[in-house]
Amino acid sequence: MRTLDRNKLRSALTMLGIIIGVGAVIAMLGVGQGAQKTMQDQIQAMGSNMLFVGSGTVTRGGMHLGWGSTKSLVYNDMLAILRECPAAKAAAPGSSSNAQVVFGNDNWQTRLNGTEPQYFKVRNWAFQEGSSFTQNDVDMSANVAVIGETVRKSLFGAADPLGQTIRVNNLPFRVTGVLTPKGTSSAMGDDQDDIILIPLTTLQKKVTGQPWLRWIMVSTESRQGSYVAQQQIASLLHDRHRIRPGDPDDFFVRNLADLADVADEAGRVMTLLLASIASVSLLVGGIGIMNIMLVSVTERTREIGIRISVGATEGNVQQQFLIEAVVLSLLGGILGILFGLLSSLVITQTLGWPILISPFVVLIAIAFSMTVGVFFGFYPARKAARLDPIEALRHG
Amino acid sequence: MTTTPQLGASPTGRQNREAVIRVEEIHKYYDLGETRVHALRGVSASITRGEFVTIMGSSGSGKSTFMNILGCLDKPSAGRYLLEGVEASSLTKKDLARVRNQRIGFVFQGFNLLARTTALENVELPTLYARVSKQEGERRSREALALVGLADRVEHFPSQLSGGQQQRVAIARALVNRPSILLADEPTGNLDSRTAVEIMGIFQNLNEKGLTIVLVTHEPDIAQFAQRTIQFRDGKIRRDEPVLNQPRAAELLRNLPALED
Repeated sequence: MRTLDRNKLRSALTMLGIIIGVGAVIAMLGVGQGAQKTMQDQIQAMGSNMLFVGSGTVTRGGMHLGWGSTKSLVYNDMLAILRECPAAKAAAPGSSSNAQVVFGNDNWQTRLNGTEPQYFKVRNWAFQEGSSFTQNDVDMSANVAVIGETVRKSLFGAADPLGQTIRVNNLPFRVTGVLTPKGTSSAMGDDQDDIILIPLTTLQKKVTGQPWLRWIMVSTESRQGSYVAQQQIASLLHDRHRIRPGDPDDFFVRNLADLADVADEAGRVMTLLLASIASVSLLVGGIGIMNIMLVSVTERTREIGIRISVGATEGNVQQQFLIEAVVLSLLGGILGILFGLLSSLVITQTLGWPILISPFVVLIAIAFSMTVGVFFGFYPARKAARLDPIEALRHG
Repeated sequence: MTTTPQLGASPTGRQNREAVIRVEEIHKYYDLGETRVHALRGVSASITRGEFVTIMGSSGSGKSTFMNILGCLDKPSAGRYLLEGVEASSLTKKDLARVRNQRIGFVFQGFNLLARTTALENVELPTLYARVSKQEGERRSREALALVGLADRVEHFPSQLSGGQQQRVAIARALVNRPSILLADEPTGNLDSRTAVEIMGIFQNLNEKGLTIVLVTHEPDIAQFAQRTIQFRDGKIRRDEPVLNQPRAAELLRNLPALED
């Protein structure tokens, strides 16, 4: 022990390998888990435990039309889902169109969705200003609109949009609320805030003239429940749309939990990859310890000889060197954790990546560095214990 | 007195005293590939408790090999070695380590102190391997250092001590576990003649307190301080005789002119 203190520089250099190794593992795991968490958050932002029922594609006369081109998905389908699928907690119907929005001298091309007020609950989407249009607005087909953050920025800048009238496809709409930004979904790749929402009936009657739905959003109690609901909805719509076995569906049900699973898996793989790269440096650090311990055994041959001559057993000598190796690696491990935390902090500050470090990872790192010490310290310690004392005393 | 060239039976008058060390017909050879080096060719001797014996001989005479065997650092190829009545070759490695720790104290030519370690810590070293508490170890170490006249140097490092002082630290270390035998391998080899006499004075004092001392040297001046001299040549004992009229190192020192410092 005291020997380590007496060879400060060498001990420090030896530890450096472990410090960098453990630090790298900690930082990499932090980055990996942080990325996983980010993806999870983004999927949560799209709506947790959500099913997306879309009207299907049809092929007509050899022409493949995009999703939403069938007219079979209707408002009653949604009511049936709420009535007959116990796993479905809430649902919001909707249809979409593109829109040219004008306010003053500014104009903006965006997506126009028609829906009902519960949509915001289903999607777990809050308002930063104002509120949703009401069921009454839907019943009256009122000209009111909720806008996303991107639209607000483009049209209003610093001005207050509440109560202002914008023109959507040349129809005047009064703004009742602004949604909190959800950001760009990395999973979907589109800007979720670039949107205008109006009552479904208004869209159907005044903009598109189409009475059918393009989609139904369904929320469930849990991720588990979403799989059950997916089954129930699919079989319900099969019946309602009278699709014979073997015929192609005229709808699809997409489960966002699937997406979350995929993202989870991707995050796990990424974390594992980063951690295994970092482990290589830990391994190199361990070999460094072994190297230094071997040098130390050679250099301290005489000391070992003295110790044996005054009565140290093989076990005593082996224990001494093993403890030195473990202390080195353990100390290195602890410093490495600090180093890892520090570099994580730097990464977060400079690159803006979120970093997540769990206490479990820290524990693993400590255990691992200790194992490295024992593993790589064992051979040199054995070598020291097996020295012939007569030769050792004659040495140097 | 009698001269026992071969068999080394104890001189008369010591027969009834207990033999601390007893070797019977020991041989030691090293196999170096084709050739076999015969370092000891049948050595028998007996050393009784409280004796002060020097072992002399030119290099290659086998005296160092003999010392290593006495110190349980090496085992004879043939023959018996009884240490305080116990057959050493029957002991396990662990037992031998314990013997070195408890019954034997070593003093080397090159002092063999741990550098960057204080005098006190050096002396404490054997107590770390003995079953004594840290406090007891430190107490004994301070006592041993006081015995060799270094009570005021406990916190000094070897590099801050003179050769004679370093050797005294080494002697204190050899004594700290209260061994029954002190083995010294050319302890004065690296010292000037005045310091050498000082060290021999310490050995004489310790011997008078009952410690058995076996000392290897090739200087007749040093050998005269002991009670008995065993001469080695070509792996055998050539002469084994008592020393007549041993000088007192302490008295000699008084008449010796002080050199520098």
